[in-house]
Amino acid sequence: MNWESFFNMGGYALYIWGSYLLAFVILGLNVWLPLQKYRKQRQKIRQQYETAP
Amino acid sequence: MIFQKYAAPKYFYPLAGKCLPWFGWLCILTLVAGLYLGLFVAPPDYQQGETVRIMFIHVPSAWMSMFVYAVMAGAAAVGLVWKIKLTDTFIAASAPIGASFTLLALLTGSLWGKPMWGAWWVWDARLTSELILLFLYLGFMSLQSAIDDPRRASRAGAILLLIGVINLPVIHYSVEWWNTLHQPSSVARIDGPRIHSSILTPLLIMAVAFKLFFISVVLIRMRSDILENEAGSRWLQEQGA
Repeated sequence: MNWESFFNMGGYALYIWGSYLLAFVILGLNVWLPLQKYRKQRQKIRQQYETAP
Repeated sequence: MIFQKYAAPKYFYPLAGKCLPWFGWLCILTLVAGLYLGLFVAPPDYQQGETVRIMFIHVPSAWMSMFVYAVMAGAAAVGLVWKIKLTDTFIAASAPIGASFTLLALLTGSLWGKPMWGAWWVWDARLTSELILLFLYLGFMSLQSAIDDPRRASRAGAILLLIGVINLPVIHYSVEWWNTLHQPSSVARIDGPRIHSSILTPLLIMAVAFKLFFISVVLIRMRSDILENEAGSRWLQEQGA
C-alpha cells in the first residue's frame, strides 16, 4: 500500500480528511467534556461525604 | 415492574455504571473496524472517486441526527403521560449529542458538496430541513435553560419536541418530494439497499458505532446529571458515588 496516495485521496484530501478531522473533534468533545464534568462532580461528592460527620 | 424500578435514580445510577464500559468498548471496537474497512478496504466510487469515503461519517451522522430526535420525542411523550423524572434526564442528556450529529452531518455534507456539486451550500429541501433540525435542537436547549421551574421546562420542551417531529418525514422524503441536488436514499429502500457490500458494510458498521457512541455518552451525561440532582440524597451516600 502506498501511503502517499492514501493521504492524497485522489486529490480530495482536504475534503475527506477535513470531514474525518471534524468528526474527531466534534465527537471527541462530546466524550471529553461530559467525562470531565462527571469526574469533577464525583470528586466533589466523595469529598463531601468524607468530611461529613 | 422491572422497568419502573430502574427508572428510579437510585437503581439507574449503578446500572448505567455497569453498562457503560460494555457500550464504550463495543463502540471503540466497531469504530476501529468501520474506519479500517471504510478507509483501507472500500474501493473508490466509480463516479465520485475517493470522496465517497465522506459518506462513512456523513450518512451515519445524518441518521443519528434523526434517530436521536425521534428517541427524544418518544421519551418526551412517555414523560408527559407517566411523569417519569428519568425521561427528562435522558432528554437533557441526548439533546447536545443530537445537535452535534446534526452539525456534523451538515458540515461533512458541505465538505462533500463542494467537490461534487461545486457549492458548499444550496438552499434545497434536504439541506434546509436538516438545518431546521439543528435549530430545533438548539431551540429546545435554550428553552430548557430559559425556564427555571423544572416541571414547566419539561412540559414546554416536550411540546416543542413533539411538534418538531413533523420535520423528520420532511427530511426523509425531501429528496423525493422536491427537486434536489442531494442524491436519493440508497440504503433505506423498500426494495433493499442499492450499494455494493464493500461500501455498505463499513457504512452499517459505522452506523452501529455511532449508535453505541450515543448510548455511551448519554449514560455518562445521565450519571453526571443524577450526581448533580441527588448530591444530598441518602442512597448516594450509602452506595458511594
